[in-house]
Amino acid sequence: MATVEFRVGERAHIVVDSQVCRSCTTKACVTACPANLFAQTSDGGILFNYEQCFECGTCYMVCNSEGALTWTYPDGGHGVVFRNG
Amino acid sequence: MPENVNGQDQVWDAVVVGAGPAGAAAGLALARAGRSVLMVERGPFPGSKNVYGGVVYARVLDQVLPQWWLDAPVQRWVTRRSTMIMTGHQALTIDIRAQNWGEAPYNGMTTYRPDFDAWLAGKAVKAGAELITSTVATGLIRDHRGRVCGVRTDRPGGDLRARVVIACDGVNSFLAKEAGLLPAADSAHHTLGVKEVWSLPPEVIEERYALGPREGLDIEMLGCTRDIPGGGFLYTCHDTVALGVVVSVEGLARAKVRPEELIADLGKHPAIAPGLRGAELKEYAAHLIPEGGYRAMPKLATDGLLVAGDAAGMCLAAGLWLEGVNFAIGSGLAAGAAVSRAIASDDVSATGLGSYRSSMEHSFVLADHKRMQDAPKFVLSERLHAQYTGLICDMAERIFTVTNPEPKPRMTALLRRTVKDHGVRWRDLAQDAVLGGRIFR
Repeated sequence: MATVEFRVGERAHIVVDSQVCRSCTTKACVTACPANLFAQTSDGGILFNYEQCFECGTCYMVCNSEGALTWTYPDGGHGVVFRNG
Repeated sequence: MPENVNGQDQVWDAVVVGAGPAGAAAGLALARAGRSVLMVERGPFPGSKNVYGGVVYARVLDQVLPQWWLDAPVQRWVTRRSTMIMTGHQALTIDIRAQNWGEAPYNGMTTYRPDFDAWLAGKAVKAGAELITSTVATGLIRDHRGRVCGVRTDRPGGDLRARVVIACDGVNSFLAKEAGLLPAADSAHHTLGVKEVWSLPPEVIEERYALGPREGLDIEMLGCTRDIPGGGFLYTCHDTVALGVVVSVEGLARAKVRPEELIADLGKHPAIAPGLRGAELKEYAAHLIPEGGYRAMPKLATDGLLVAGDAAGMCLAAGLWLEGVNFAIGSGLAAGAAVSRAIASDDVSATGLGSYRSSMEHSFVLADHKRMQDAPKFVLSERLHAQYTGLICDMAERIFTVTNPEPKPRMTALLRRTVKDHGVRWRDLAQDAVLGGRIFR
C-alpha cells in the first residue's frame, strides 16, 4: 500500500510455523488479514510478510492452530505510522 | 526525553503503557496530582498506531481541560449525524442536523488520531508527566509476592520500576494478557475496522455533503457488509472524507471475504459513490475494536496493575451509539485518580486500587456499558444483518412506490408480505423488538 508509511524493522514481528499450518483446515488468516500478508503455498503451508503490517492483530485472533502464528508488536519506533488514522 | 528513564534506582509512582487517549488522560491526572508518572509509547509519537471510525466526543475533558476546544486539533464539528440502513441497491437514512453541535460546548468532532492523541499527551507532558516514545513495553515485572512493580521495555537496560503500572496498551493489550486478565485471542468479541481516507477540496466536501465551513457529517451504516455482522461509516474532515467498514472478526473469517472487497463494495454503492467522485486515496488503515461490552470486560485491577481504554474493552458499540475515545479518556482519568489515592493511602494492592472501578460505576464509563450490556449481541446478530436490513429497506421502498392504477396497499399487508419475502419469523421479530426495546429504553 503505497499510501501508508511503514518504518520497517529488522526483526519480523510475525512468525509463522508453516508445519503447523499444513494441518489447518480454515487458513482464515489468508483472507482476513486487511494487509494481505498471508498466502497459501502449494504444499498447504503459509507464506507471510511482516513489512506492511497495520498491526491490527486480526491474524492471530482468527488463527485456530495453536502455536502456528506468533505475533508481537514491532520493535519500538518501527512499523506502521498512521497520519490520518 | 527524561534523563532518568533508564536509571535503575528510579521508582515512578506510575508507569503508563501507551500514550493514546487512556494513557494520556491517566498521565494528566497523575501529574496534576503531583505524582511522578512516565508514559511509554511504542510508536514514534502518540497516536501513530491509532485509528478511529467517526466521531470523538470530548465533553469528558470539560473538567480537566476547560475550553479544550480552543486548541484541540479539530477537523470539523459534527453538525450532521446520519444512520443509514442499506442493501446493495437501497438506502434508508435517518439524518439529524443540529447547529447547536457546531457551537461551544460542542458535541462531537472529527479529527486525525495522530493529531488528537499527540495533543492530549502534550497536555499531560505540560502538566509534568514524562513521555518516552519508540519504546515497547515487552512484559510485566513482578516482586517476590507476585505483585506488578514495573515493566520491561525493548530499550537497552530498559526495565522501568513503578508503584503502579497502568496498561493503556490498546485492544491487543499484551500486558493484560500476560496478567491473565484477557484471553490470548478472542475473535468473538472483536471487530475489524478498515478505513480509506480520500482527499477532496474542502469546498467540494461542503457542497456534496451540505455543510458549512467548519461543519462535519458522520454517517453510520448498517447492511453494507454482505451479511457479515458489522457496519460501515463515513465522516468528513477538512479536506478528506473517510470511508470505513467494521466487521465481526469471526464473521469475516467464516465468510472468507477480504476486508478490502467490503470497503470497495461500499465505495461503489449508489448512496456513497457520488460523494467520493474524483477523490484521491490518501491512506488506508486497519484496527481491531473491542466490541464485547460490559460482559466481556476484564477484571480492571490486580496488585500493582490497572487496565484502561481499549485494553479494558471500553468501546461502546451499541448501534445507536458508537463511542470509544471518550471512554478511554474517562477510564484513564479514573485510573490516574485511583492510583493517586492508592499511593496516598500506601496501598497499591487490588483492594487499594478498588476506587478505580467504583468511581467509574458512578460515571458514564461503566454506567453506560452496564446499561447497554446486551447491545453487542443484538447489534452483531446474524438476523439483524442478514434479514432485517433488507426487510426495512424493502418496506420503505414499497411504502413509497406508487402502483397506480392499483390503490395503495395497507401498511399491515405490506409488512406481512415483506416479512414473508425475507423469511423472517414473526416470533423472532417480536423477540428482537422486545430485546431492542429493553436495551435502548
